[in-house]
Amino acid sequence: MCLAVPGKIIETEVVNGVRLGRVQFGGIFRQAYLDFVPEAAVGDFVLVHVGFAISRIDAEEAAETYRLLEQAGAPQEELGGSDS
Amino acid sequence: MKYIDEYRDPKLAQSLALEIHKRVTRPWVLMEICGGQTHTLMKYGIADLLPPEIELVHGPGCPVCVAPLEIVDRAIEIAARPGVIFVSYGDMLRVPGSRSDLFRVRAAGGDVRIAYSPLEAVRLAQENPTRQVVFFGIGFETTAPANAMAVWHARRAGLTNFAMLVSHVLVPPAVRLILSSPANRVQGFIAPGHVCSIMGHREYEALSAEFRVPMVVGGFEPIDLLQSIAMLVDQLEDGRCQLENQYSRSVTRMGNLPAQKVMEEVFEVTDRQWRGIGLIPASGHRFREEYAAFDAERLFGAHEIHAQEPPECISALVLQGLKKPVDCPAFGTGCTPEQPLGASMVSSEGACAAYYAYRRHTSPEVSR
Amino acid sequence: MTNFVCPAPIGVHDTVLLGHGSGGKLSAALLQQIFLPAFRNPLLARLDDQAVLQVEGGRLAFTTDSFVVKPLFFPGGDIGSLAVYGTVNDLAMGGAQPLALSAAFILEEGFPMADLRRVVESMARAADQVGVPIVTGDTKVVERGCGDGVFINTTGLGTVAPDLNLSASNARPGDVVILSGSLGDHGITILTQRQGLELEGALRSDSAPLCTLVAAILGAARDVSAMRDPTRGGLASTLNEIAMQSQVGIAIRETALPIHDGVRGACEVLGLDPLYVANEGKLVAIVPASSAKAVLAAMRCHPLGAEAAIIGEVSERHRGLVVMHTPFGTTRIVDMLPGDQLPRIC
Repeated sequence: MCLAVPGKIIETEVVNGVRLGRVQFGGIFRQAYLDFVPEAAVGDFVLVHVGFAISRIDAEEAAETYRLLEQAGAPQEELGGSDS
Repeated sequence: MKYIDEYRDPKLAQSLALEIHKRVTRPWVLMEICGGQTHTLMKYGIADLLPPEIELVHGPGCPVCVAPLEIVDRAIEIAARPGVIFVSYGDMLRVPGSRSDLFRVRAAGGDVRIAYSPLEAVRLAQENPTRQVVFFGIGFETTAPANAMAVWHARRAGLTNFAMLVSHVLVPPAVRLILSSPANRVQGFIAPGHVCSIMGHREYEALSAEFRVPMVVGGFEPIDLLQSIAMLVDQLEDGRCQLENQYSRSVTRMGNLPAQKVMEEVFEVTDRQWRGIGLIPASGHRFREEYAAFDAERLFGAHEIHAQEPPECISALVLQGLKKPVDCPAFGTGCTPEQPLGASMVSSEGACAAYYAYRRHTSPEVSR
Repeated sequence: MTNFVCPAPIGVHDTVLLGHGSGGKLSAALLQQIFLPAFRNPLLARLDDQAVLQVEGGRLAFTTDSFVVKPLFFPGGDIGSLAVYGTVNDLAMGGAQPLALSAAFILEEGFPMADLRRVVESMARAADQVGVPIVTGDTKVVERGCGDGVFINTTGLGTVAPDLNLSASNARPGDVVILSGSLGDHGITILTQRQGLELEGALRSDSAPLCTLVAAILGAARDVSAMRDPTRGGLASTLNEIAMQSQVGIAIRETALPIHDGVRGACEVLGLDPLYVANEGKLVAIVPASSAKAVLAAMRCHPLGAEAAIIGEVSERHRGLVVMHTPFGTTRIVDMLPGDQLPRIC
């Protein structure tokens, strides 16, 4: 019950006291409710679940974790790992 | 698509799998909780990348599957009433109750609609002041704040024709149940990353410490799950027992405070029946008194509905990871996604359904 | 005592009335004002109860399809053009040269005449493009609330050359599976119209007539085993049908499937699998290995096949099942869906 998709906030607006964002997911845009992520701004990525942004993606955290992942992979090239 | 594609990189998958192969020295039983994670594991055939020592079992992480028969029957009954617009997430429409399902109610003339977001149901109520709109609020802690927000907005708008039939389930009590069982074989958990995006991971720290079982908060893409498995294997081989956060790009220790706040304002914790498992204390939500006017169960008379599960169904054991779908004599024969007998076959996220849809071509699962 | 005569005046109406389906003067007026001017051809103009066609001895292909799409008008097409192309494509999948179409309409009382005119003119253009006349038809009108604007049924006849033997039960182990282009464009376009999703760029329905593409394929090889257009239920359903009817296994590679960004994004957001999303201008060809290269080349030269790709092969293993090789080198089943694909929340 937890399909949440990462998308980029392109625009925000406040309608009736509610903060909404126009979020881009690949080739499409959809409106998402932003009041759970007051710290998220245009240009940030958020995870959207049933029309609500539930978290702001921490780009630094993501980059750091990914860097470690890729590093762990590097020696494997030297071993001539299989190419599937 | 950013934050999706790079977490599906085949080369990274290979290197993580190799790492796990190199690290593992003995058998380990690992469980992932969330149905979305089960779905990814099946879709990418992750089990086939892992060494035979790793056995993956699947937890009760599908709120659609574990919604008690009684509440499905109640939903069906409410949806069939004239004047009601019954709004639900798509997953629930096919779930069979004792005698019918929401699809059939629609075919018979009930106004049953699919919504992607609970706010659509609130909008429907605003646009149809003479009709009673009832929203089927299913979900884990991931979805509960969104459902709560819908009710909060309905109250702010002064709506008198909006109600919600709530069936929220909370994950930590289910984990506690599994770990407390004398038959428990699970040695490491992948905690649900989107639930933790809302709730933080303190509850899992506590469970990990209490039961001395390593836990890793994991995401939903195949690389997230492989990395989570690698981290668990590392801990187990090292003899460590901690809570680690693989999904740190979305999960923080404290979680999403505004979301928790609205959830706690509208709902309070209560005991809940889990289909196939039974009663788990303090594992669900009910409306707080101040929001009672939006409680569909109160509005439509909470008369007793007693529903019988088919005796052949072993969902209770599958959902706790004590048995595999293929262990069930009815799997694929008397019980299929088209005609499910019980909880884990009803929705595509359930372990039995996912296994049937994606993996039944592999030989009967050997205990790896 | 006088017979009751419908008092509605015969002039031009701006909505459909029940009388337009009654077979009387209003019906005749509708024919004269809307259908005949659009579908103009000598056979139809006779207004006989049936159209009589001259055919050579041999095999006739015969197919029917009904169209209930909502919304009626969408980027890349409408219910009218869909109704023509859909049936023509079904004929083409059997290698048939289309001969003629029928068109039956079930209209809802109150349906705007301007919309009907638009649909019919679109059908006429589509039929002209393919070179197939609409030679006979029918119109009924149901009460307001008992229809959904308009439903259309088209039935098609075509002739099949004697040396062709195309059938979903003819797939053989060793055959190659070739897909003509990107998946999911039609279904996602329709869904986005309904789901409040905004698309960047030009995602449109791929609705198109496949006859000339089929001609190019058959020009390259006459021993094609089967062709199917993966409409409702998507590629997955089509391949499963072939696998079951031919009692073979089909294995496809996920990395080989062409999918446009807009479709990918929409599928991620809605929790849909592109394999199950409808296409209206694509075909999958099951081709003996020896002819695969020629067929692929011929497809790629055709505007509707520019993104054609070999996506898999037919196997004698896992008969009746469709299996997909994931980018990770693992495999999973591509199952038949029990019903409509529901957007996942999980």
